[in-house]
Amino acid sequence: MGNTILEARHIDKYFHDPVGVKVLSDISFTIDKGEFVTVTGRSGCGKSTLLYILSTMDTDYAGELLIDNVSMTGKPEPELARVRNEKIGFVFQFHYLLNEFTVLQNVMLPGLKLGRYTKQEVQQRAMERLTMLGIEKLACKKANQVSGGEKQRIAIARALINDPHIIMGDEPTGNLDKKNSEVVFDIFKRLAEEYKQTLLIVTHDQEFAARTQRNIQMEDGKIIQYSQKAQ
Amino acid sequence: MKLIVSIAHALLFARWRQTLVAAIGVTFSITMFVALLGFMTGLNDMMDSLFLNRTPHIRLYNEIKPATLQPIQQAPPYRNGYHFIHSVKASGSRQELYNSLAIMEALRIDPRVTGIAPKITMQAFFNDGAIDIAASVNGIQEQQESTLFHFAEYVVKGEAAALVKVPNSIILGKALAENLLVDIGEVVQLTTAGGERFPLKIVGFWQSGIQDFDKVQSFTSLATAQKLLGKTASYITDIQIKIKDIDAAPAMAREYATLFNTSAQDLQTLNAEFETGSFIRSLISYAVGITLLIVSGFGIYNILNMMIYEKMDSIAILKATGFAGRDVKKVFIYIAMSIGFWGGLAGLILGWLLSLGIDQLPFETTSLPTITTYPVSYDPLIYTIGAVFSLLSTYIAGWLPSRKASKIDPVIIIRGK
Repeated sequence: MGNTILEARHIDKYFHDPVGVKVLSDISFTIDKGEFVTVTGRSGCGKSTLLYILSTMDTDYAGELLIDNVSMTGKPEPELARVRNEKIGFVFQFHYLLNEFTVLQNVMLPGLKLGRYTKQEVQQRAMERLTMLGIEKLACKKANQVSGGEKQRIAIARALINDPHIIMGDEPTGNLDKKNSEVVFDIFKRLAEEYKQTLLIVTHDQEFAARTQRNIQMEDGKIIQYSQKAQ
Repeated sequence: MKLIVSIAHALLFARWRQTLVAAIGVTFSITMFVALLGFMTGLNDMMDSLFLNRTPHIRLYNEIKPATLQPIQQAPPYRNGYHFIHSVKASGSRQELYNSLAIMEALRIDPRVTGIAPKITMQAFFNDGAIDIAASVNGIQEQQESTLFHFAEYVVKGEAAALVKVPNSIILGKALAENLLVDIGEVVQLTTAGGERFPLKIVGFWQSGIQDFDKVQSFTSLATAQKLLGKTASYITDIQIKIKDIDAAPAMAREYATLFNTSAQDLQTLNAEFETGSFIRSLISYAVGITLLIVSGFGIYNILNMMIYEKMDSIAILKATGFAGRDVKKVFIYIAMSIGFWGGLAGLILGWLLSLGIDQLPFETTSLPTITTYPVSYDPLIYTIGAVFSLLSTYIAGWLPSRKASKIDPVIIIRGK
């Protein structure tokens, strides 16, 4: 169990508005280092809700969440923010770059916030990641001047800047065309295989899920099936 | 912290027109605050000095009044009753200050006193053909009177120093001279209360700005006044005192009254309503100024609120990538404070320039001979208050929106798309 990155223990979640509805029920699983995991299920099955609980942004749940074998449950907001900054990288369905900044600055932002490296080092690391994803030419453009597929790659570079333990994605290809989806999937795959990056991706794209190492299928707030692909 | 500043800058400059409008709001209100208060305080100071410049802080004199200890009070059985009978009337025979030379000597060595000026006040008639015009004649030491009470500044025609140089000379109130139809160099006939008649040469006109004063006042030298009354060189009726600490005047007046056994009148008793007037004027101008600042505060509040609605996505992503609520709050507080700081600074400078402008406007009125332009005060206190309030109002205006921004739940924003 030494290389467990994330562990969910009996997580329950209710929506209280307008009436109490149980959206997640007794979710327990672990993710080990280097795994490429997808969560699939129909729309409304609670897979996104689960992701936001696992990402520490949603704190209104019952059960326990451990990241890096440290319990996140009941921690104060600034500490959780620190954990997100240091250990988790995000890629969303919509790209959510800050339009006031250049591409490079967008990638650097979480690194500067962490403060582990000097500004020059962070800049260099950001350039490395942009180069790795083949978009180093965009570095000086404003974030609103690049295309959707490029934006998603920039978001991945930003997610990687602090060498996170795990990258979480909420439908990262949901808003992209076939070709760009392919590019993004290839990047994830490369990250998993070459860099042993742990990934947890929520998607409704069965094809996408089928090509990953491990798939968690959900229905009505419950995990109904784990499928492990033979290596 | 540097990161937060750079994010705030990016947000500020991304919508620089909005930022500019907010800053102009602050600038305008601070400009008006500084100019309005400077102008108001300047006018107040002028109105006060109209009176205070010429008024001694403490005046020692002998008042004509009945004896405080009436004979009936000396009879023990009646001591505590109410006395209807005041048998001993006032005697006005002696207005002279007793032992005036010794009193002046004692005052000169008193460290609280900055200057003293002896004076003789007397009543006289100016004879103009068949009519007599009643007026006061003040015997003064011209030099003392000018240093302490700006006497020379109020001599609008002729020369104040001529009182000393020309023997038997007089300076008339301007309105009085107009009534007498006389000009400088001519001679007026004067009859004292004792019935003596003197010719005096006119060497100047004096104008206080208060018409009723100008109609009945005239000035001559101390020696001439003594001659008119037929008194010796030690005869004076008033000692005017200027002291260092104006607020101590009432207490010192009481002290001198018992010490020198004279009547003593202090500035505060004389000018109580003046103080009230200037206090109320200041109060009104401060109220208007602070209202302006509060209005600009609402402007900032609105703009920040709008900015937060527009930047919901950015705030959500900042939070998702590891910025805590308090970091987001700092960003927006910083935005508000920099609008307040730069807007306020520009406002102080513009307010100062506007004050300079007002200061150049001609303002001439016959009643105020020494004033040629609108009076403006450059009191640093006004600028300090302006600076403090610009920061304070923007901080308060920024606080609520910042709190809202810090409480934004990123999950709702990100999922809500």
